Amino acid sequence: MQDSLVIAGKELNSRLFVGTGKFADHNKMKEALEESQSEVVTVAVRRVDLGGDDQYILNDIPDYMTLMPNTSGARTAEEAIRIARLSKAAGMGNWIKIEVISDSKYLLPDNEETIKATEALVEEGFVVLPYMSPDLMAGKRLEEAGAATVMPLGSPIGSNRGIQMKEIIQIMIDEINVPIVVDAGIGRPSEAAEAMEMGADAVLVNTAIATAKDPVAMAQAFDLAVKAGRSGFLAGLGATKAKASASSPLTGFLHS
Amino acid sequence: MSFYNVLEEVNHLPLENMMENVSHHDVERALQKERITEEDYFALLSPKASDYLEEMAQKAHQLTIQHFGNTMQLFLPLYVSDYCVNTCKYCSFSVDNDFPRRILTMTEVEEEAKAIRDMGIEHIIILSGESMMHSSVKYIKQCMKVLKKYFSSVGLEIQPMDTDQYKELVDSGIDNLTVYQEVYDEEIYRELHTKGPKRFFKYRLDTPERGCEAGMRSISIAALLGLNDWRRESYITGLHAQYLQQKYLDVEVGVSFPRIQPNAGSFQPKVEVTDKNLVQAMLAYRIFQPHSGITVSTRERPEFREQILPLGPTKMSAASSTVVGGYTEPDNTQSQFEISDERSVDEVKGVLRKHGYQPVMKDWQLI
Repeated sequence: MQDSLVIAGKELNSRLFVGTGKFADHNKMKEALEESQSEVVTVAVRRVDLGGDDQYILNDIPDYMTLMPNTSGARTAEEAIRIARLSKAAGMGNWIKIEVISDSKYLLPDNEETIKATEALVEEGFVVLPYMSPDLMAGKRLEEAGAATVMPLGSPIGSNRGIQMKEIIQIMIDEINVPIVVDAGIGRPSEAAEAMEMGADAVLVNTAIATAKDPVAMAQAFDLAVKAGRSGFLAGLGATKAKASASSPLTGFLHS
Repeated sequence: MSFYNVLEEVNHLPLENMMENVSHHDVERALQKERITEEDYFALLSPKASDYLEEMAQKAHQLTIQHFGNTMQLFLPLYVSDYCVNTCKYCSFSVDNDFPRRILTMTEVEEEAKAIRDMGIEHIIILSGESMMHSSVKYIKQCMKVLKKYFSSVGLEIQPMDTDQYKELVDSGIDNLTVYQEVYDEEIYRELHTKGPKRFFKYRLDTPERGCEAGMRSISIAALLGLNDWRRESYITGLHAQYLQQKYLDVEVGVSFPRIQPNAGSFQPKVEVTDKNLVQAMLAYRIFQPHSGITVSTRERPEFREQILPLGPTKMSAASSTVVGGYTEPDNTQSQFEISDERSVDEVKGVLRKHGYQPVMKDWQLI
């Protein structure tokens, strides 16, 4: 059965998105990206040498991957918009992951500014993938603004604490119609599987792979976990329905 | 409210006695916690905590990797002027030291910029002696017009200014500010800074805060270790960083742990700060403020800089010249202080890679 994820018309076979920060070296990073089977990779625009011949990190990203430049470092919607335009002008495509963070301590996203930036950049023709603090109303507003996905954090970025925001993320998965990508906080493969079992459409993992003892092996582990979690989600749905129609242990007496 | 109010409260505490009374149990409790309080930070700076340096190092290493990954940001200082109106006893640029002073012309700024850029450096800090007449707002803005062409991030380490002046400089593209209090003890401060505007302790103390208000993206503070009891000074530096971070959540507040180096004034440090002391100060701070940047300069010896790589630093200078015009004319004039690590940028990059760190040359984009 084909179970691909479609974002802005792009069909993706892997539901694992990966990041490029925190790696000890770019050769290891490239190998990890390849082994992850991922097709979407996020890169901080501020780390790319936009004017230079040496495209820094971009040369070390496999060609088949879709680039999702991010606005890391932006503290306001206005800064995020400017970074997005620089990214497009530098030839990094029209996907943009909005990150607006005005909190240097916990690095929690500013939803209000994120919504503003999303509205403006959708208007300019970007495929906008906003990173946000889990919240149903903010998620709905991002959807209305035309976001291609909504990407709530599982727990604070880099914390490797797993899906601490589980209840709210489940509500967002149930109520928001664009794909939900759980971004940030996933520290181990089992937590990626957990997000997928919950029905998330994809997960984004960076720190857990980049800072693992063996990033390449960890990338493979996440690939497997995401696939397992997704299969579990799909299988779970089927099984629940089958059981409900096969027998009615509590209300069977009504039919006898 | 200013950090001065916090400082006044701390000054009323018998810190030295309290330090001696910290128990092994206090240190162990601090090490078991996920987030530590001011009291725990204090305990980690105590003499008793020096028995736990390995445990502290393990924890600091894990926190640094978690927050910053296996990366190290590299930058260089660009000395533009050694004119100074102050009399800091520990600094070669002091107005009392007699040597021919110099301020770079814009052509020279450009030559220095090219020389630094050729080394692959993208982040620089403009440094000068403290003279409002020379390293003025107007002059720095002129420099920025040139430097913007070569660098993706430019910071300042010059004389303290007013908020409006900082705002003008932020608008010109400056994104970070380094200002060291030197010493948080007001009496010692007045002994060491006998003349010039630097004599005003509180104006200097509030400088990082003015930078935050003006919209600087990051602020770096420090006490110059060796001027007073390092445990006390480190504790107060940590409180200062915490104060700024809580008040200005959008600013990245970082610290550094500079030790006094040989200088033209032949000033001798009042207090010896050993490698072990410096490491303890850095580890305690990392555990207290895990998200905060820590800068290590070429003041420190190459072997020591290598040894402390995993213990918390996130930014390093490399191949630094502390001489005005020093990148294009290496044999020139008076340095601010003697550096200890003379290795080239490529050598430092090689060392970082050898230890499993990715040297990061660019981590911001002028927008």
